[in-house]
Amino acid sequence: MKIIMKNSLSALIVGFIFALGLGISGMTQPQKVFGFLDVFGKWDPSLIFVMIGAIIFHFVSFRVIKKNHKPLFSNDWHVPTKKEITPALIFGSVLFGIGWGLGGYCPGPAITSLASFEMRPIVFVVSMIGGMLLFKMLDSKYKFKR
Amino acid sequence: MQQDWINALVGGLVIGLAVSLMLYLNGRVTGISGIIYGTLNPHKNDMQWRYFFAAGLFLGGVFLKIFKSDLFSGALPTDVSTVVVAGLLVGFGTILGSGCTSGHGVCGISRLSPRSLVATIVFIFAGVLSVFVFKKIGVL
Repeated sequence: MKIIMKNSLSALIVGFIFALGLGISGMTQPQKVFGFLDVFGKWDPSLIFVMIGAIIFHFVSFRVIKKNHKPLFSNDWHVPTKKEITPALIFGSVLFGIGWGLGGYCPGPAITSLASFEMRPIVFVVSMIGGMLLFKMLDSKYKFKR
Repeated sequence: MQQDWINALVGGLVIGLAVSLMLYLNGRVTGISGIIYGTLNPHKNDMQWRYFFAAGLFLGGVFLKIFKSDLFSGALPTDVSTVVVAGLLVGFGTILGSGCTSGHGVCGISRLSPRSLVATIVFIFAGVLSVFVFKKIGVL
């Protein structure tokens, strides 16, 4: 099998498992996300355990996996190495956080929720891609330092 | 309540497994916003896996929908225009900020990346403030 196909099938399986994790955890229910962010109201901190669970698993697995010379289906690691805290990093994260609170979706759960064939996730994902295209347009003009 | 915490933890571990597989097999970070943005910036030989990943996310959703459709309940009862604004902010913000909950919050923090640590703290605080303010002015 060609390497591109191996990468693609791997990504398909990873996406599928990831979606199951999102569904089990409660991340695909905007009301739960709202409850998690509603710290000064009726706070429901349960979703913090999604991050805790994922980080505990990957904190260990990352170190084990990186001991390998290279990934199974690639000649190199493609892990970001940037360290600099830029204004774009901060400002972009602020905008993301505002939108996350407002819509109750971050990108992954939004795409998985398309499978519900309901209006809101569909509108959200279309708008999200619109926001990315808007970024692309402005970036080609202003060349943001991310 | 307690069941919610257990579900969240189990779901989180499953997500941890998924991002670990991505690293082991393809050597990549599972940053969903970045993977999607890559499809909007065509590079030869770096496209197909992105579409397959998005398809997997969707098909996982189909599986969940069939076996437990209430996992998609609880949309926020806002105006559709609010959903549009939220989507635009998330799309623009995650790319300007180089990542979202998966890329920064899970993968980045796991490898102790200072950028991801800062980004995650910032977007969670911004989300808390967003809910507080928009609740106050009656949008949420």
